[in-house]
Amino acid sequence: MPDLTPAIPEIFLLTMACVVLVVDLFLKQEQRHLTFWLTQLTLVGLFLLTWNGMQTTTVTTFGGSFIRDSLADLLKLFTYVVTAAVLFYSRDYLKDRNLFKGEYPVLVLFSLLGMMVMISAGSFLTLYMGLELLSLSLYALVAFNRDSSEASEAAIKYFVLGAIASGMLLYGMSILYGLTGTLDLASVAERLAAAPEHGRVSILFGMVFILVGLAFKLGAVPFHMWMPDVYQGAPTSVTAFLGTAPKLAGFAMLIRLLVEGMDSQQASWGQIMMLLGVLSLAIGNIVAIAQTNIKRMLAYSTISHVGFIVLGVMIGSNEGYSSALFYTVIYALMSLGTFGILIVLSQKGFEAEHLDDMKGLNESHTWLAFLMLILMASMIGIPGTAGFIAKFWVLQALVESGHVALAVYAVLMSVIGAFYYLRIIKLMYVDKPEREASGRQAMDTGVVLSVNSLSMIALGLFPGILTATCLAVFAGG
Amino acid sequence: MIPLTHFLVLGAILFSISIAGIFLNRKNVIVLLMCIELMLLAVNTNFIAFSHYLGDISGQVFVFFILTVAAAEAAIGLAILVVVFRNRRTINVQDLDEMKG
Repeated sequence: MPDLTPAIPEIFLLTMACVVLVVDLFLKQEQRHLTFWLTQLTLVGLFLLTWNGMQTTTVTTFGGSFIRDSLADLLKLFTYVVTAAVLFYSRDYLKDRNLFKGEYPVLVLFSLLGMMVMISAGSFLTLYMGLELLSLSLYALVAFNRDSSEASEAAIKYFVLGAIASGMLLYGMSILYGLTGTLDLASVAERLAAAPEHGRVSILFGMVFILVGLAFKLGAVPFHMWMPDVYQGAPTSVTAFLGTAPKLAGFAMLIRLLVEGMDSQQASWGQIMMLLGVLSLAIGNIVAIAQTNIKRMLAYSTISHVGFIVLGVMIGSNEGYSSALFYTVIYALMSLGTFGILIVLSQKGFEAEHLDDMKGLNESHTWLAFLMLILMASMIGIPGTAGFIAKFWVLQALVESGHVALAVYAVLMSVIGAFYYLRIIKLMYVDKPEREASGRQAMDTGVVLSVNSLSMIALGLFPGILTATCLAVFAGG
Repeated sequence: MIPLTHFLVLGAILFSISIAGIFLNRKNVIVLLMCIELMLLAVNTNFIAFSHYLGDISGQVFVFFILTVAAAEAAIGLAILVVVFRNRRTINVQDLDEMKG
């Protein structure tokens, strides 16, 4: 009998997801908010379970295929927070579109379970199962609005490209399994480190497939084609979810596979990652300028942020990993807030997704415009915001490891990227509104949104706790 | 006894066919789904071959999981396909180009 204690949050979530599914069957449409609150309660319970079980030591169970360490705990806690916030933002949006159904929170909970399994994965098998649970739920969520032609197109594109990515990842895993004879990541690392020199080519062969799969899932150039379409086509509430929480899990996947599984091959994967990072920064920032759809623009902005994360991991030092972890967390929070504002601005029969919809926002919604200002400043990386600390730390790690040219390049690209964020600020504060002011949100949603956005300032001024935690995560191992 | 390389070559050929099928196919989304299935089967061939020659059972266990996931994946893929067809009245790959940029 394996030790179940480290996996209690996962077991609790699985149980509660089934409970929510069944309870929802017995509710009438006007009682549907009970499903919502039960889901939120589940997330609070998860938070407490993970928080109370936090340890500084690494615990493994199920024969090493499940790891609970401080990286897993930190990422899981943020995943819960992000998921809870997304559910708050989604509620009115879904009600307005007659999509406020029980399946929505259930699918979100199952994809959360997938992410948690991914974050805690200690073998190829658990990693793959977590990834598929996450992806399959997300495909369904993207197609959630069944009558939308755009959403279904986005879903089929996401499905096909996601399946290719999983296939690539699996093929790479099968090669590495053949070379090492084990699925367990820790043993894979040991045997790869002991591999003879002439075996390097076959290791590289397997690793390239794994990297392609990873790049697909993270959305790094040149494997980013699905992101703009999916971001644009999916309902905004789903975009908010799939653009934030899965990035945290994707980061965990990167660390588990590359750093914990193939540490000895850092020289080879570092080079490939560098290429991915450089391309992502360029394509993400430059193509975003040409977009008129905000969701599409944010997809390209995501690609450029992924470029930063990839560059942080590429360095191959604990400093680099910590900075990338910090960047991922901050990125998830700030894009969550941005999508939150888009969701709140969308009304029945109206989607706030064009740049023109932001015109004169300051006149109609002064507070929302202010929050958006903070978020955009953080995306640019203006000092005083969390985005600045995140960018600064990655750049510092790059310079310290001798990649000065890369750091300069990343700064240049960020400056180009500043243009499209500043354009939104200009539209909000300088231009006149084109359409009738509308927009209301429930009290609790407004509070969550404000806390979310203001946390960018708070973390920008007092990053100490989070940076120390990020450093501690990698200092031990 | 058939040497390991034969199985690996078979796996590689199946995998290449599926990739080529996905990128060359400009007609029907169902062919894409078939290619995805083929890709997973190529991986399964690899896993089973390695598992047998290494004398390690975990590769075959993995294959069971992949088969299960492939079934779930096909179900979701076809469901999405039905939704696409209801909205568009077509499942032609070339017609899925409403979003650009």
